[in-house]
Amino acid sequence: MADLRANLAGITSPNPFWLASAPPTNSGYQIMKAFDAGWGGAVWKTMGVPVVNVSSRYGAVNYRDTKMMGFNNIELITDRPLSDNLREIEEVKKYFPDHAVIASLMVQTREEWHQIIKDVENAGADGIELNFGCPHGMCERGMGSAVGQEPNVLQTITTWAKEVAKVPVIVKLTPNITDITEPARAAAAGGADAISLINTVQSIVNVDLDTFAPNPSVDGKSTHGGYCGPAVKPIALNMIKSCAQDRDVNIPISGIGGIETWRDATEHMLLGASNVQVCTAAMHYGFGIVREMKAGLEDYMDSKGFEKLDDLIGKSVPKVEPWEHLNLNYKIIAEIDSSKCIGCQLCYIACEDGAHQAIELSEVDGERTPHIIEENCVGCNLCSLVCPVEECITMVDVTKNKTHESWSDYINNGKAPTTFDDDRAGGKHHWVPEPKDALKKRK
Amino acid sequence: MSDFKKPKTTAEYEANFPQLKPLMDANMAYYESSRCLFCYDAPCVKACPTSIDIPLFIKQIHTENLTGAAKTIYSANFFGHTCGKVCPTEVLCEGACVYNEQDVKPIEIGRLQSHATSDTIRKDKSIFKKADANGKSVAVVGAGPAGIACASELATLGYKVDIYEAKAQPSGLAIHGTAPYKITNQDVIDEVKYLQKQLGFKIIYNKNIDTRRELNTLESKYDAIFLGIGLGDTRSTGTPGEELENCIGATEFIEQLKLDPLSVTIGKKVVVIGGGNTAMDAASESARLGADVTLIYRRSKESKGAYEFEYDLAKSVGVKALFSTNVTEIIGDQKVVQLKCVKTQSTDGKLKNIDGSEFTIECDFLIRATGQVKQKDFLDLAGLEYDKRGKVKVDSDSGQCSNPQYFAGGDAVNGGAEVVNACAEGKSAAQGIHSYLLGKQS
Repeated sequence: MADLRANLAGITSPNPFWLASAPPTNSGYQIMKAFDAGWGGAVWKTMGVPVVNVSSRYGAVNYRDTKMMGFNNIELITDRPLSDNLREIEEVKKYFPDHAVIASLMVQTREEWHQIIKDVENAGADGIELNFGCPHGMCERGMGSAVGQEPNVLQTITTWAKEVAKVPVIVKLTPNITDITEPARAAAAGGADAISLINTVQSIVNVDLDTFAPNPSVDGKSTHGGYCGPAVKPIALNMIKSCAQDRDVNIPISGIGGIETWRDATEHMLLGASNVQVCTAAMHYGFGIVREMKAGLEDYMDSKGFEKLDDLIGKSVPKVEPWEHLNLNYKIIAEIDSSKCIGCQLCYIACEDGAHQAIELSEVDGERTPHIIEENCVGCNLCSLVCPVEECITMVDVTKNKTHESWSDYINNGKAPTTFDDDRAGGKHHWVPEPKDALKKRK
Repeated sequence: MSDFKKPKTTAEYEANFPQLKPLMDANMAYYESSRCLFCYDAPCVKACPTSIDIPLFIKQIHTENLTGAAKTIYSANFFGHTCGKVCPTEVLCEGACVYNEQDVKPIEIGRLQSHATSDTIRKDKSIFKKADANGKSVAVVGAGPAGIACASELATLGYKVDIYEAKAQPSGLAIHGTAPYKITNQDVIDEVKYLQKQLGFKIIYNKNIDTRRELNTLESKYDAIFLGIGLGDTRSTGTPGEELENCIGATEFIEQLKLDPLSVTIGKKVVVIGGGNTAMDAASESARLGADVTLIYRRSKESKGAYEFEYDLAKSVGVKALFSTNVTEIIGDQKVVQLKCVKTQSTDGKLKNIDGSEFTIECDFLIRATGQVKQKDFLDLAGLEYDKRGKVKVDSDSGQCSNPQYFAGGDAVNGGAEVVNACAEGKSAAQGIHSYLLGKQS
């Protein structure tokens, strides 16, 4: 059986599933309950000078029948006195000495950082997470993402933390920045033991069409919030990949962003995360959701023959290359399995209106399975993505030229188009209907 | 035996006839509408006789634009609410839903449709655009679905329309003929009132047009006349004993049930003769009134005209069926007490009684669902051509009759079909009338 024990920069936990610093980790009560339910670690809701919060605090993006596909919040760091939190950290560690309890912190001056780090270490914290990510409320006060967006400041504060910290220091990064590797490098340069990302994305989730106020609404007004939930996973995966590939970062990563299932968690780890942190899924379904994550990861590892997490962490990192290294000679085209087709014709209209007019309808009346026009198909995938039936549209390898030739090779070999009407244009041989043919299809 | 007792109160009646397609609440509609794939050239639209843009109205329901959804529905079908409830969706839109192809439950299109229309009707939302009055007027004979659909479409085009209706209530078989578990009378009346309030056509009730003089008046007073006259009473099959008490035609039986359910007469051992949807309705209804019901059809189970789900519905309330059985005589002094029957056999499509297979069954109430007669007398009076089966001859596009001033649609033309077919034909005849009168003008 696969060993799920995780190690992030020396912080060990029974499994890689941690609760992220957020409302589910607001109190010792919640964290004890979470550990009892199977979570391997928890990052305590960010401590500092306690705040005063507003109501309401959350907004959501629902998609079709799915609630909370995206989620945002305008809640700040803890509103509880530090002494209460310290007492509860101590108690949790007494009951769960092998679980990871990380103290998320956000203060301003060097003295404050030194003091609070000593306090949480004395209480028994296994690690410290510097919250340089919060994108609302705190950044206006010069903290949170205001720090994460200034690599120099980030590096300085990281250095302050490392001056006193005896336990590993994790720097939590904001995605609200152009190049994530810049703050990641600054954290490494400041001596951070690990980075965690992503924090939430600045957002407005929706606008009430009657009151004209966006949500969440506070007495008729709103403010931008931090976006998270399943919708942000792709943004997180890309940023984790970028940090994992950067030689100047070169410290362990704790993956955060859109993790709801074992699959999401595994993807984070394949792209370089040593463990993962979860918030929205726990807020949506409760702590019990971890059972599915643990079981799924274990079964996956067993099926792949992975004995420990290190066998899979980072396995996909070399699978991501710059675009100019991809093989231009590789060619796939779509194939429709008429025995599975249900006749919705979404592939037809998607290709017709949104792609390359490479699917035609049958001439035979009553026959609703569309056909691929092979010479027009560019292998873009769109039809197979819109198809509601599993495995009905598959992409078939029709590569003729088996040599690997990338854009870089094209440039080096003089095959790349260089002028506006260059004969070497990639779309030169594609058939495109005449503009006026569009009107013939009018109903 | 059925589990039903004869209802003595309205509450008991309603309990015996619960709605098959009750209204959805907003939450159900939200989730159900989320499942629609928004197919291209959607099969459900093609299966709808009125070609409602179903994927569009479902998307509109999902985005909480119920008024927009109702506009989409009503722009294609003026009986949008009624059809959502009474259409045989299993063989129309829902039967065509692509989900059936992968054994996934099809979208509940009928219920979604009624969800949108019930909202606009309840809130009395104004959704129709009317052209300015064009000074022309049209008479409509019969306030059934065909007549009202025609009148509604004409009203939007600027015509003054008067509907002459023989009965005291509008909408023809939508009230008098549909099974009570499909829609309530009030629902149907509310929809007609909703249309009438916005579109302004007039209905003259209890006014039977049955003399040449009345037709002369219509012909001189109106620019065109639309006939939505439907069919007549239940056809006689010439079986000896049809005149006995407790022997009734299905159309007449259902009409009594719909108009005054608590006073309707029913027996303990009911036989329904026929294999069509009306026979299934009458059998189901009798069972829900507490009777022990046997359905007798002269042909085989496979050749019955009724939809499979209608037969299943009848079976589900305890109706038994004897197929390939002919009722040769109805026996009784004043009232029916017994039926003489014989088994039949079909060879090369010809039905023959099997000698020696005669038997009798007890019966104290007989319902004949053997089809309705055509309105030949009326058509003769109007001087209009009809085919050998008595169906009015019309131009299939315009609905125009052999006399160009007359147009027709609905059961009188199609021989007896669904409410939705009548709606489609009435609406397209209105366009036919419009083209005809525009042509006369120029």
